[in-house]
Amino acid sequence: MNIPYTVEERPDTGLANGKLGIWLFLASEVMLFGALFSTYIILRVGAVEWPHGELNVWLGMANTFILIGSSVTMVMAWASLKMHDWGKHRLYLILTFVLAGVFLVNKYFEYSSHWSAGELPSKSTFLAIYFTLTGLHGLHIVGGMIVMAYFIGPGAKLWRANPDQFANRIEYTGLYWHFVDLVWIFLFPVLYLL
Amino acid sequence: MHSDPESIRKHTKMYWMIGGALFVFTVVTVAVNQVHLAIPLAITVALIIAALKGSMVASIFMHLSAEKRWIYGALLLTLAFFIVLMSVPLFTTLDNIGTPTVSPHQSHAEPARH
Amino acid sequence: MDKTGIHPGGEHAHVRTPGHAEHHEEELGFWRKYVFSVDHKVIGIQYAVTGLLFLLFGFTLMMIMRWQLAYPGKPIPLIGQWLGQDRAPAGIMLPEFYNQLGAMHGTIMVFLGVVPLAVGGFGNFVMPLQIGAPDMAFPKLNMMSYWVYFMGGVTMLVSFFQRGGAAQSGWTSYPPLAVISPGQTLWLVGMIFLITSSLLGSVNFIVTIVQLRAKGLSYMRLPFFVWAQFVTAFLLLLAFPPLEAAGILQLMDRLAGTSFFMPSGLVVSGKPLVIAGAGNPLLWQHLFWFLAHPEVYVLILPAMGIVSEVIANNTRKPLWGYKALVYSVVFLGFMSFIVWAHHMFMTGMGTTMSAFFQTTTMIISIPSVVILTALLLSLWGASIRFTTPMLFALAFLPMFGIGGLTGLPLGLAPSDIHLHDTYYVIGHFHYVVAPGTIFGLFAGVYYWFPKATGRKMNDLLGKLHFWGSFICINIVFMPMFIQGLGGMNRRMYDGGMQYAHNAGLLKYNVIIGFAAWGLGLFQLPFIYNFFSSIKWGALVDRNPWEATTLEWSAPSPPGHGNFLTEPIVYRGPYEYSVPGSTRDFTPQFEPEKA
Repeated sequence: MNIPYTVEERPDTGLANGKLGIWLFLASEVMLFGALFSTYIILRVGAVEWPHGELNVWLGMANTFILIGSSVTMVMAWASLKMHDWGKHRLYLILTFVLAGVFLVNKYFEYSSHWSAGELPSKSTFLAIYFTLTGLHGLHIVGGMIVMAYFIGPGAKLWRANPDQFANRIEYTGLYWHFVDLVWIFLFPVLYLL
Repeated sequence: MHSDPESIRKHTKMYWMIGGALFVFTVVTVAVNQVHLAIPLAITVALIIAALKGSMVASIFMHLSAEKRWIYGALLLTLAFFIVLMSVPLFTTLDNIGTPTVSPHQSHAEPARH
Repeated sequence: MDKTGIHPGGEHAHVRTPGHAEHHEEELGFWRKYVFSVDHKVIGIQYAVTGLLFLLFGFTLMMIMRWQLAYPGKPIPLIGQWLGQDRAPAGIMLPEFYNQLGAMHGTIMVFLGVVPLAVGGFGNFVMPLQIGAPDMAFPKLNMMSYWVYFMGGVTMLVSFFQRGGAAQSGWTSYPPLAVISPGQTLWLVGMIFLITSSLLGSVNFIVTIVQLRAKGLSYMRLPFFVWAQFVTAFLLLLAFPPLEAAGILQLMDRLAGTSFFMPSGLVVSGKPLVIAGAGNPLLWQHLFWFLAHPEVYVLILPAMGIVSEVIANNTRKPLWGYKALVYSVVFLGFMSFIVWAHHMFMTGMGTTMSAFFQTTTMIISIPSVVILTALLLSLWGASIRFTTPMLFALAFLPMFGIGGLTGLPLGLAPSDIHLHDTYYVIGHFHYVVAPGTIFGLFAGVYYWFPKATGRKMNDLLGKLHFWGSFICINIVFMPMFIQGLGGMNRRMYDGGMQYAHNAGLLKYNVIIGFAAWGLGLFQLPFIYNFFSSIKWGALVDRNPWEATTLEWSAPSPPGHGNFLTEPIVYRGPYEYSVPGSTRDFTPQFEPEKA
């Protein structure tokens, strides 16, 4: 049984199902992270003092560069597909995956240095919201990496069978990934700088 | 798909340029932070820069500038509720009937009361 | 009408999409066909049956609570001996157990019962058929939504058996109490499963309605049921995530010792709590009610949709004010996001924000009244068929009216001061959900049962179910307004015996108890009817109710792919009694006569 508009666009909306689906999902993610940002605001406004200098700004900035870079490579991975350059697509997708991994490695170093200094989430509301926000964001990075690994690995077969559907799926993965980058663009100044 | 290989090629240049711009803005964000502005101003500047970066990611990388009405509509609705979620709990917390929210244990300056 | 004959086992349907050859599906094994199916009809039935079972279980919890309230401190008959020492030693209910029953009754009814039945069950089964789609836009995602819901349900049930018992801080789970009380961790984990399931489902619903409507089915030709599900899906999509975030935060408070919601200076059982403090308990309330208010519209909207379909069909007239209904339901959905703190008037809110929320709450009553009025006016001059679904749909109207009107004093802060956290609130919301929504859902079961099974439910048993339920349910909830106005607080395991002002009000608990147990008894004909009609109900053809919407053009039950020929829509959804027509209904899917 064939579900219409899985690959081709519906004429009156101009959308394929997956495109609308992923954007709606991202809308819900805006509300999810929004709730955590709202938590940050309430807790900070209600706090007598708010710590500064507990986080490593340079590591945070480096991670920002890494994630922005991975956004560029992700969109290039999709663009290469549209230009029918399979080799470039593989290169960029794997690069995105690697950059995501580096981001997580940096976060691991950050977390363990806090851990060993006794700076646990239970110590202050600042640390609590820092770990929760970056932790949830990190889980989203892991989720993205899993999807990318699938399209690098077993999912790549779809390019032969249905190139348009494969390109769409890479596009949707890219949209999710750019959103993850977008969240970090706000997380970094809010947590590390302000 | 309406995007043909040639127009995609033109776009790829834009992607790299936007990537570069995002790098630059990140440096600017950190640099501005070194200048210790008053908190309200610092928050405003930081959020403006972040919003600029965010809109570049959204409109160029996520192709939002060329997207369809349904997507815009859903996102506008989300934005409205996002603003509500950011502001209304805060306003409600600030507009209280005067019950003190600062307890003795939080403030180091005050002596501990039991 | 149906020339192809009746096949109760389900005709094997092939969807012929233009330009494609017929698809012959290989016969799927038992597990892929009935358990891990991606067919929206199977998933819909799974949701519906699971939801109905949870409704029964949640109702049973309440029947046990009602014994304690009617006869405080007396051993529970029949089952008291089996509940165990930490729940009811010598059969007498412990306060902790009463609190567990209360918290879980609410949680199960709302999140495991009503929403899965109303949205997962009816939405999944009926909506794709009503829009002429072969299935949902994302069938595999649909299947995953059900199983994640199932896991959430299992988590909630398992929580009864852990040490300390199930969650016992109300379905609202307010900190600091919820953070230090037993049972909450599994409750929070269960909620995260349920919220995830809802989110996946809501994406599916929206994309399906936007993208998979049949040819000719414009938005203003959609059955109102589909509009109701459409708005509901947006509510679930955008309002649930903050509660998911809040659930994570409360889990962190419990497991990682954080102080998101824990204020400084807390003393528990005489000992100061060793935590960082500086948290804000009201933050939880904001994030919780940000969802929970739109959630109550999630509870009512699908039922309004069902009632609209049943009324149009059984009045043999178009619904009055279709446009008003559509604009109202969209406006209602939007407003539902900005009223939530009317649940928080007593938290020390200042007059400015209080005025804001009172205003938005008053405004939101307007579209509700418009919808109710339109449905009432639809009865004017109608040729009413008092079928079983119609009885439930008709009862919905005054019941929702009472529920809605009694909400008004709660939405205004001056009166809410006296009524907050009393039995008045319980009466109010139960009127909307119990004789309101649940009656609407019963109407839906009787109405669409023939489409799902090819057989009708027994009418006599249906009428017995209706009259018994209608009388009992009013006796259960009407006295609660009297109790609440008298100041009787909710969530007190003995009804509040120690308060002098409750003295004259406690006696109502006895009659409420008997009415509740009677209500339970009157569900037995329904349960029997439901299961026996699957095997022995009267056989029907495609359109036994002579209805106009698309689902009635598919076989009963529809096969995989739903429609034998591509559905095309020629007119609006409620063309009943069209002047000049030979029949009193003109289906959406019938071509114009040459």
